Amino acid sequence: MINKINRIKALVRKEFFQIIRDPSSILIAGIFPLILLVIYGYGISLDMNNLKIGLIVEDTSDEAISLKRSFLNSRFFHIYESNDERQLVEDLIAFKLHGIVKIPFYFSYYLQRPDLRGPVFVASDGSSPNTANFVQNYSLGAWQNFLVQQAVSNGSSPIPNVEAVPRFWYNEELNSRYFLVPGSIAIIMTLIGTLLTALVVAREWERGTIESIMTTPITIKEFLIAKMISYFFLGLGSMVFSTALAILLFGLPFRGSFFVLLIVSSVFLVVALGTGLLISTLSKNQFIASQISIVSGFLPAFMLSGFIFEISSMPVLIRTLTAIIPAKYMVSALQTLFLVGTVKRLVIVNISVMLVLALVLFTIIFFKSRKRLD
Amino acid sequence: MFGRIHALVIKEFITILRDTKTRIVLISPPIIQLFIFAFAATLDVENVTIGVYNQDYGQQSSELIKRFEGSKTFSKVKFFNSYQQIQENIDNQKVIMVIHIDDTFSKNLLSHKKAKVQFILDGRKSNSAQIVLGYANKIIEQYNNYLSKELRFSPVNTVVVPRNWFNPNLIYKWFTVPGLVAILTLVITVVITSLSIARERELGTFEQLLVAPIRPVEILIGKTIPAIVLGMFEGTLILCAAIFIFKVPFTGSLLALYFSMFLFVLSIVGIGLFLSAICKTQQQALLSVFVFMSPAVIMSGFATPIENMPYIFQIATIINPLRFFIVIVRGIFLKNLPIIEILKNTYPIALIAAFNLISATWFFRKRIE
Repeated sequence: MINKINRIKALVRKEFFQIIRDPSSILIAGIFPLILLVIYGYGISLDMNNLKIGLIVEDTSDEAISLKRSFLNSRFFHIYESNDERQLVEDLIAFKLHGIVKIPFYFSYYLQRPDLRGPVFVASDGSSPNTANFVQNYSLGAWQNFLVQQAVSNGSSPIPNVEAVPRFWYNEELNSRYFLVPGSIAIIMTLIGTLLTALVVAREWERGTIESIMTTPITIKEFLIAKMISYFFLGLGSMVFSTALAILLFGLPFRGSFFVLLIVSSVFLVVALGTGLLISTLSKNQFIASQISIVSGFLPAFMLSGFIFEISSMPVLIRTLTAIIPAKYMVSALQTLFLVGTVKRLVIVNISVMLVLALVLFTIIFFKSRKRLD
Repeated sequence: MFGRIHALVIKEFITILRDTKTRIVLISPPIIQLFIFAFAATLDVENVTIGVYNQDYGQQSSELIKRFEGSKTFSKVKFFNSYQQIQENIDNQKVIMVIHIDDTFSKNLLSHKKAKVQFILDGRKSNSAQIVLGYANKIIEQYNNYLSKELRFSPVNTVVVPRNWFNPNLIYKWFTVPGLVAILTLVITVVITSLSIARERELGTFEQLLVAPIRPVEILIGKTIPAIVLGMFEGTLILCAAIFIFKVPFTGSLLALYFSMFLFVLSIVGIGLFLSAICKTQQQALLSVFVFMSPAVIMSGFATPIENMPYIFQIATIINPLRFFIVIVRGIFLKNLPIIEILKNTYPIALIAAFNLISATWFFRKRIE
C-alpha cells in the first residue's frame, strides 16, 4: 500500500514537471481562460439596443410626424431618415440596416376612414431571425407609445388597460455578462478536464513512453490515478483563477457559498476527467482523441448545456441527449451560485446527477484499461 | 520543382488518408457538428414552463391566463397559491417566468383603470427571459385589443404590418446553417495544416524532409495543397447538406461563393502553417488551434451580432477572415448578394491571406535556419 502511494506520488511529481515545462498546459489553463472571460465579459452582448433602421415618412400630417417622433425617441433604434427607398433596400441587403419602417402617404387618409386602418410597414432583415424579432417587437413598442400619445392628446382614456410590469430577479439590469461568465467557467473546466487530459494520455501511447512506464511495477490504474490527481488540481486552480477574475475584474456578485462551489467543481472535474481518460483509453492517438474530445466534450458544453441556447427549445431527441451532458448541471449550478445563492435542492440534484455520470464513466474505464500494448 | 511538389502532395494525402480512424474523424465530426449545431443553436424560445399566481377572482384574469395556456410557446402552465412557491420554482429553475396578478385586477379593469400584471423572470438567463417577455407582451397586447372592442373603448385605427424579408417565417436554421459552412471549413483546414508539420517534428521525420533535395518553400507548398483540397472538399460537403438536407434557399452565385471560399481557405492555411511553425508537438498545435478558434468564432458574428460589441472589439474583428466570409455566405444564400458587395468582403480576406502566407513562409524559413 505504501509502495502504491509512493509510486503515485512519483508519477504526480513527473506530471507536475511536465505541466510546468510544457507551454501548452499553461496556454490552456491560464491564457485561454483569460481570453474567453474577457471576450464573454466585455465583448459579447446579446442585448440589442442599437438597431439601425431606415425610416421613410411619406405622409406630412400631424399624426405621421407624431409617429415618426415616437420611432426617433426609441432608445433601441438608430434611425436613418431617407426618401430614397431603393437606397435603403440596397443597404438592407448589404447588411448595413436591420430594418426599414415606412409610413405611406395615405396613412392619415386611412386614419380618418372608419373602414380602414392606417398602416405602418415594418420590413426586417430576416436573414438574422433574432435581430428581426427585436426589430418587430421594438417597432410595436414605438407604435404603442404613439397610440398612448394620441389618446392623451385626444383626451380619451389611455388604451393599454392591462399594463405589464416585468421584474427580472437576480439580474435586474439584464446584464448578459452575469450569465455568460459563469457559463464560460464551465467550458474552461471541460477543456482542461477532457481535452487536455485526453491529449496527455494519448501522447504517452503515441510516443511510446507508456512502454517505459509499463516496464516498471506501476499498474495502469496507478498511472491513470496519477494523471487524474495532477489534472484535477490544474483544473481546480484554473477554476479559482477564473472565479477570482469574474468577481474582481468583471464585478459579478457571488451570492452562494465558496465551499459549495469547491464541491460542485470537484465533482464536475471528476466527470470531465473521466471523459478525457475514457477517450484516450479508446483512441490512443492525439489527433483522434482531440477530435472526439471536441465533439463529445467541448461542443456539448458550449451548445447543449443551456449556457447560451435554451434547452427547452431543442428537438426532443437532442433535449433527451442533454440529460447526460455534465456541463448542463455545472452551468446551472454555477449560474445559481453566482447570482441566486446556495439553493439546496438544485445543488443537491446537480451534484447527484454528476456523481452518477462519474460512476458510469469509471466503471467503463475500469473494464477497458488493461496493461497491454496493442 | 513541380515533380518534387507533386510527390510531396501525394505523400501528404497518404499520411492524412491512410488511417481509417483518421478518415472517419475527418468526415464524421463535421457532420455531427453540423446537425447538433443546426438543431440546437437557436435563440428561439419554445416549450417553456411558466407559473401563474392569480389572486384575482374575476373573469377577466382567468381569460387572460387562458390566452397564455393557449400559446404554443408555453407548453405548461403551473398554478401557485403563495408567493413562496414563486420563489421556490424560480430558484430551482422549474419555471422561467411567473405571472402574478393581484386581487385588484378585474376591479380595476371594470372601472376603466389601469390593471397591472407582474411578470417575474429568471434573470439567470436574461436573454431567454427577455424573449419570453416579448411573447408575453404580445399576448397582453392582443388582450388589450380585444378589451378595447369588448369594453367599447375607442378602437385603434392604425395597424403595424410586419414583414420579414429573405426569411419570412424567421426559420433559425437558415441563419445558423450558412454560418456553419464557413465555420466547419475553417475547423478542418486549420486542424489539418497545423498538425502537418508538428506531427513530422514530433515523430522525427521532419529532419528527413529537410535533408531531402526539397526547398523549404516547396515543403510549405506541398503541405498547403492537401489542406486546401480537403478544406474545400469539407466546405462542399457542408454546402450540399445545407442545400439538400436543410433546404436553405440558395439565391446567389455559386461561382462567387467558391472564389471567396478559396481565398478564405488560403487565409486559414496561412494561420495553420504559422501555428505549425511555432509548435513543437501535436498537442501544442491542437491546443493553440483551440485558443485561436474560440475567439475567432465568437467574434465572427456567427451567434452574436458584431454591432453589439464594444468599439475596440469591433475594430479587432477586421483581422478575422471568418467575419467577412460569414457575411458572404449568408448573403449569397439568402439575399442574392450583389457582386460588388461580395467583393467588398472578399478583398479583406485576400489581404489577410497574403499577409498570413507571406509571414508564415518567412517564419518557417527562420525556424529552419
